[in-house]
Amino acid sequence: MAVDPPAPSAAGAPQPAPEPVAFDITVKVRRFDPDVSDQHYWQDFTVSVFATDRILDALHKIKWEQDGSLTFRRSCGHGICGSDAMRINGKNRLACKTLVKDLNTKKPITVEAIKGLTVKKDLVVDMEPFMAAYRKIKPFLITHSPEPTRERLQDAEDRARFDDTTKCILCAACTTSCPVFWTDEQYFGPAAIVNAHRFIFDSRDEGGPERLQILNQAEGAWRCRTTFNCTDACPRGIQVTEAIQQVKRAMMFGIDDAT
Amino acid sequence: MASVGTLYRGDISMWSWVAQRITGVAVLFFLYVHVLDTALVRVSPAAYDDVIASYKTPLVNFMEVGLVGAVLFHALNGLRVIAVDFWGKGTRYQKQMLWTIVAVWVLIMVPATYFMTLHTIQALFGSTP
Ligand code: SF4
Ligand code: FES
Repeated sequence: MAVDPPAPSAAGAPQPAPEPVAFDITVKVRRFDPDVSDQHYWQDFTVSVFATDRILDALHKIKWEQDGSLTFRRSCGHGICGSDAMRINGKNRLACKTLVKDLNTKKPITVEAIKGLTVKKDLVVDMEPFMAAYRKIKPFLITHSPEPTRERLQDAEDRARFDDTTKCILCAACTTSCPVFWTDEQYFGPAAIVNAHRFIFDSRDEGGPERLQILNQAEGAWRCRTTFNCTDACPRGIQVTEAIQQVKRAMMFGIDDAT
Repeated sequence: MASVGTLYRGDISMWSWVAQRITGVAVLFFLYVHVLDTALVRVSPAAYDDVIASYKTPLVNFMEVGLVGAVLFHALNGLRVIAVDFWGKGTRYQKQMLWTIVAVWVLIMVPATYFMTLHTIQALFGSTP
């Protein structure tokens, strides 16, 4: 059965959307290959992109069409795996969530590895110190009381208390935006504190005091100087500094009086 | 060719933190000098007078303005940091608070600079006694 196309209205046929136009941008990548040299260097690539492309698309084009040796991490391509945090035009961003149209394309777009972790190759860093800090805050449910015979219930108000910090994808954009972390890799860093916050303020969890004790150490939450770089960098929009401040207040006034 | 990374383009609060550090060290340095020159009065009042007289130069006058600016910024931003630390909503309003203290700083520094340097300007460029 054929369907007639809608008759053109008096105002004229609906306009087709304009064809997207591709244009050239320069992507300036800070490269490093320990097998070749122990020096980092900047390399310019010219790529043809659409305004709606992401920096990840531009990096793919470079890797697939120009230089297969360009090395970076990505997995989901949609802002959920946390693989592709990098420094784009001087700020930590996910390449898969940064659109070309939101950047100034008149100038070269700089792309470099996140700061404060050892660069392994090009945009890939050693994430182990970051993950080690994450493991130290015991990112799992801790209970001491006898196991209930049914689910551990929680009301909406209690759930809301740590809702923001459940969104973390462990991309390390926050931790590697922190001036304190750059100069002191031993600092737990914002991401570890965010993930501690997620359990400390969970009414079902009983490991809060344990975690607060860990974060009360010299390299813990008190190293934070509230520069807010982490909050600005978080691709999940988590109020990172706010979470850290709540953890600090929990150490001073107790978990119930921290917010 | 070796290369350095770009400067991290951090939140405005990163720069207020840098300024807090610099003004803090500057004020501390002044305090050292101040303790030393004041202590001199117990050693030799004449030497003390000489030192104080040597401060009455245009350069030191402008440094005094700088000192007032540094102390004022450090104090105002210190209040902001206390609010960020202890007020539940402090982190949400940190930027507004920063712009507020910058505005207050300018409002105080403009007349303060005028009155503090009036004498030097007149001495340097002449005009009414
Ligand atoms: S808090 Fe945000 S920036 Fe930090 S690791 Fe989690 S998702 Fe990434
Ligand atoms: S590729 Fe998964 S978050 Fe960007």
